[in-house]
Amino acid sequence: MNALNSLLDGFGTALTPINLLWAVIGVLLGTAIGVLPGIGPAMAVALLLPVTYGLDPTGAFIMFAGIYYGAMFGGSTTSILLNTPGESAAVVAAMEGNPMAKSGRGAQALAAAAVGHFAGGLIGTLLLVALAPTVAKLAVDIGAPDYFAIMVLAFIAVTSVLGSSRIRGLASLLIGLTLGLVGLDQMTGQQRLTFGSLQLADGIDVVIVAVGLFAIGEALWVAAHLRRRPPEPIPVGRPWLGRDDVNRTWKSWLRGPFIGFPFGAIPAGGAEIPTFLSYVTEKRLSKHKDEWGKGAIEGVAGPESAASASAAGTLVSMLTLGLPTTAVAAVMLAAFQQYGIQPGPLLFEREPDLVWGLIASLFVGMVLLLALNLPLAPVWAKLLRIPRPYLYAGIMFFAAVGAYAVGGEVIDLVILLIIGLIGFGMRRYGLPVLPAVIGVILGPNAEQQLRRALQISDGSVTGLVNTPFAVTVYAVIVLLLVWPLLRKAVTRSRAAA
Amino acid sequence: MTTQTDIPPAETGGDQRSWLREHSELGVCALLLALGVLVLTDALTMDVDIAQRGPVGPKTVPIVVGAGLLVIAALLALDVLRGGRGQAEGGEDIDLSEPADWRTVLLLSGVFLGAAVLIEPLGFPVAGALLFWGAAFALGSRRIDRDPLIAAGLSLVTYTVFNNLLGVPLPGGPLMGVL
Repeated sequence: MNALNSLLDGFGTALTPINLLWAVIGVLLGTAIGVLPGIGPAMAVALLLPVTYGLDPTGAFIMFAGIYYGAMFGGSTTSILLNTPGESAAVVAAMEGNPMAKSGRGAQALAAAAVGHFAGGLIGTLLLVALAPTVAKLAVDIGAPDYFAIMVLAFIAVTSVLGSSRIRGLASLLIGLTLGLVGLDQMTGQQRLTFGSLQLADGIDVVIVAVGLFAIGEALWVAAHLRRRPPEPIPVGRPWLGRDDVNRTWKSWLRGPFIGFPFGAIPAGGAEIPTFLSYVTEKRLSKHKDEWGKGAIEGVAGPESAASASAAGTLVSMLTLGLPTTAVAAVMLAAFQQYGIQPGPLLFEREPDLVWGLIASLFVGMVLLLALNLPLAPVWAKLLRIPRPYLYAGIMFFAAVGAYAVGGEVIDLVILLIIGLIGFGMRRYGLPVLPAVIGVILGPNAEQQLRRALQISDGSVTGLVNTPFAVTVYAVIVLLLVWPLLRKAVTRSRAAA
Repeated sequence: MTTQTDIPPAETGGDQRSWLREHSELGVCALLLALGVLVLTDALTMDVDIAQRGPVGPKTVPIVVGAGLLVIAALLALDVLRGGRGQAEGGEDIDLSEPADWRTVLLLSGVFLGAAVLIEPLGFPVAGALLFWGAAFALGSRRIDRDPLIAAGLSLVTYTVFNNLLGVPLPGGPLMGVL
């Protein structure tokens, strides 16, 4: 049991006082961010990217992972008490959770969600421990063509699986790739899209793009459509579960992760699809079908457990392949780049302290989150009363801090605002933000791998498909592209029958 | 994009303007088109006789991206003319039933630019506090007694955390010189 030994070493790293402190800060921030409307984990990690300039990588990633898991816990609170889910992953929690809260069972809904997140996170992270080293070992000798194939997969997945319109997804991706082109070409030093400007020769920092699109864009977009009277949260007591509630939910908690984890690991939009699938599954298996839509507790327990497990699945692809499947993973990948670390199969060999410390800290974080969320839910719910002007002014403020900290240049703030305005326009016209961010983060890297692969094969295109790994990935890509057409054909023939 | 300069003849004016408003997404196509032309021009005018390593030079990817932008601009225009619409993003604090409040957006952008200009002469603590207060004001907060205090506190704490604890230098400005 090599993984087990590594994990024990990881606990040695995660339980040092300073790393424990980062885990606590991470889960506190994460829960707060999950509860707060208008700010999600991706934006939070983007706003915190500047700390990578002053913090060691292990501490930073322990904090980021805490934010990711914490935001999952906190996100369901908003859905249950407000019925206005901010993130797509939390939509399902509102469907049964909010009716429960309205009929005075808010405490039970919160408890079912919190325990669900704990169970899902725990099982998901155990699967991560079991699978990640194997995946890393299988992929350990992948080369330039394979990396390029993975990045193409990320591009295609993010544009064709997410969002309602492929054209708009592709437009967003191309905007991101264009932003990634700005600066000196990494292989020849050729200036591209710099227009002779010295500042642009360094390229546009990923921090500025991520903060601009996620934070400034969001703040401006909300400012244009700010709800004049924020909805009132339903008051709630301390979360608890009765014996019959537990009897109804324990199977849902255990089923959720097996739906959530695989969907988190593949580029299929993170927690959105698995939470919905879990909801449907629980509904079908429920013995209390009459309660559905009016507050069935299984409809909170299962999907929430699936959501947290999908976060663990996301980490598998990100750590072992460098493939970001959600916005948070994309921003965490940007953080890896800030440290000059390449996530991928070699990460487990080169940075075992970092990886296993991070994984162990997930277990620590989950225990902390359960302890924080069960008794303190009513306190967290108070965050929903924050005056909105302060919330969005704060986002603008921290975005400015982050962009300025990159290089201490005023021009970066101007670029930040311009990218924020692009983000505003994208939200207005339904262009998803994530493809652009993935394009900026992976674009330059993909180009380098492409050119390296073609250099090895001396210009022959077959150099891109000469490994079984790359061929497999391209097959998956073709499947992704053909899938919607197939599905259309299937539903059509079914409608005809 | 409805601009004042292209007001059509009076009788069809209302029609055309509402058509343009309906199809304002074509502005996105125009921007993508312009971006594509820009990327292609930059790539094609690139001077690459300096040691190109490998068969694929620094021009290839920009040309692909530029061409992609042109194609997507055309496809998006087609989609919009056929009645396709990008769906505006919703959210907890977002009320899409009301028209966009441009005044707030402009004010917020102005406050942000103002703070960017002031950060070097006045230092981060002062400029940051002005940014927070200004942004809160733009978003509708009018608590003269409370807003500036929160702004100053937040700005000072952030300055201390970044400058002194995390080791990310921020300009203190004259105020920090006095304190």
